[in-house]
Amino acid sequence: MTDVLAVTDHRRGELRDVSYEIITAGRQLADETGGDLHLAVVSGTVNEFAEELNREGVDAIHTVDHGKEFNHDVYTQAITQLYDELAPQYVLAPNSVNGLDYAPAVATELELPIVTDTIDLETDGDTLIATREMYGGKVETTNELEGSAVVTIRGAEWPAAEGTGDASIETFDATIDEDAIGSTVNGFEEVGGGDVDISEADVLVSVGRGIEEEENLPIIEELADALDATVSSSRPIVDNGWLPKNRQVGQSGKVVTPDVYIAIGISGAVQHVAGMKGSDTIVAINTDPNAPIMDIADYAIVDDLFDVVPALTEEFQ
Amino acid sequence: MRVLVTAKEVLTVEDKFEVEETTIADQYLNRDLNEWDSYAVEEAVQLQEAGIVDEVVAVTIGPEECEETIRQVLAKGADRAVRIWDDSLEDVDLLDVGAKTEILSAVIEEEDPDLVLTGVQAGDDSFGATGVSVAEEIGYQWGAVVNHLEHDLEDAASVRRELEGGVEELTDIELPAVLTIQTGINEPRYASLRGIRQAQRKELDVKALADLDVDESVIESELELTDMYEPESESDVTTWEGSPEETAAELGDLLRDKGVAP
Ligand SMILES: Cc1cc2nc3c(=O)[nH]c(=O)nc-3n(C[C@H](O)[C@H](O)[C@H](O)COP(=O)(O)OP(=O)(O)OC[C@H]3O[C@@H](n4cnc5c(N)ncnc54)[C@H](O)[C@@H]3O)c2cc1C
Repeated sequence: MTDVLAVTDHRRGELRDVSYEIITAGRQLADETGGDLHLAVVSGTVNEFAEELNREGVDAIHTVDHGKEFNHDVYTQAITQLYDELAPQYVLAPNSVNGLDYAPAVATELELPIVTDTIDLETDGDTLIATREMYGGKVETTNELEGSAVVTIRGAEWPAAEGTGDASIETFDATIDEDAIGSTVNGFEEVGGGDVDISEADVLVSVGRGIEEEENLPIIEELADALDATVSSSRPIVDNGWLPKNRQVGQSGKVVTPDVYIAIGISGAVQHVAGMKGSDTIVAINTDPNAPIMDIADYAIVDDLFDVVPALTEEFQ
Repeated sequence: MRVLVTAKEVLTVEDKFEVEETTIADQYLNRDLNEWDSYAVEEAVQLQEAGIVDEVVAVTIGPEECEETIRQVLAKGADRAVRIWDDSLEDVDLLDVGAKTEILSAVIEEEDPDLVLTGVQAGDDSFGATGVSVAEEIGYQWGAVVNHLEHDLEDAASVRRELEGGVEELTDIELPAVLTIQTGINEPRYASLRGIRQAQRKELDVKALADLDVDESVIESELELTDMYEPESESDVTTWEGSPEETAAELGDLLRDKGVAP
């Protein structure tokens, strides 16, 4: 039997979407061999969270009431102890920034293999077949694992679980060794307020690493001017300091939902797509016809941006 | 204070390529220093320039061909490098997190650094787990996805961890620690000509698994890569064809139709 222990994610008092998606992924794995799905909720207002997480398909919810916010040492200790108690086949965790801050430690502590950022999972109860991407999304791979494992799942790959469940909600008395806690969270800060809110824009002209140099940015700005649109970007542009942080679209930047999103010289890495897939119409300008952005674009121009962008600006001047 | 930084030569893939079983055919591959590691290297070198760190040691797992990339790291300012290689690694398609953890941990135990900097992930296998796994293995503290490090390290590192959605977590982490470094933390430098010359004379130590007392069996990764393929495109994208003027005109019409352009 394939029992699954799935760990949920929350921040500043709110469960994150992946917490409901991981229920679906976990239920699917457990169903393949008729096992149970256990959820772990660690830190924060665990009882409230447990109520919210009690959706269809969950067999048991284990709450660990310790501390307000995420601390990876607390998570690592709580989850390894839960593993010892429940002996599940798989520990599922979100492939979020916090997931990646404890799941590898849990795997190492339990001497289990870890497979990260999975987008599809299958098991016969003993062998796990995990699908994941390599080379920035250019290829997909399948990977096999025998026995027990720690697995992190990519967000937005499984639908969120719905309905109301009848899971048992149990307090788990993890023994947290305070001396082993080596890091202290002192607070949070929102970054990149500033001049423009790209999440309010109707049209975004978004520029990526294909622009090559800061000196080339004016052609993007001229296009945005001509269209009365707002300039946004992928991460490398912000990392290079060519645009301020508040222009970054993506997982660690902003989520945007404009009427039209024009992705210029942007490959469409998963962390970028996380921020713009909700755009109404997506247009890609890219020399690579197989760039991952093409999978979500509605329209594409497969050509050199240095030719296409000035021609387009001309149209509107 | 000593800093150890992991630097991996990663494979990057051309726009057009072919898959051969579980690898990409060699002629479509290029080699480069992992993007995330280049930020880790820069952070280490800056700590040294600030007089906080006495020595920066770069560590890589890779064959002889990757020495050029490692020399780049030396040219950017690392003091010396250790390259781990073993004939037994020759035919491994995918070295999983567990294997990397064992190998890197052995080096770290030998070098005994106060701080280890790794990239958040490697651009090719994109596991994103090795740094934290190593920390747990050797009993160091850690922080994942660090995009700011205060340069007044004493007993602790004050860092910012970059969470999703433009939120940063401010955290103090006791030393010794492993930090996984996110892009944007600094501006990686290019190696100067002088640096490149000096790098030729810097120590680049090559070690086999036996030299580190690591058993060969660690490379029998528990994760077996069984298939590789180009993802099936779910795309129903309309691709406009023609000269830049023609395709720009198509896009122009679309924007006018949508009423979002003059
Ligand atoms: C934890 C984490 C969080 C992250 N958060 C974010 C985030 O919030 N936002 C984000 O964007 N990224 C984020 N990233 C980074 C992400 O993985 C990618 O590295 C990044 O999105 C790539 O940006 P890009 O598409 O501009 O560059 P690349 O991937 O280098 O793509 C450049 C594209 O330009 C095309 N091109 C090149 N020259 C031309 C030309 N002349 N004309 C037309 N096209 C051309 C190429 O074909 C290619 O498709 C994050 C990564 C991690 C690990």
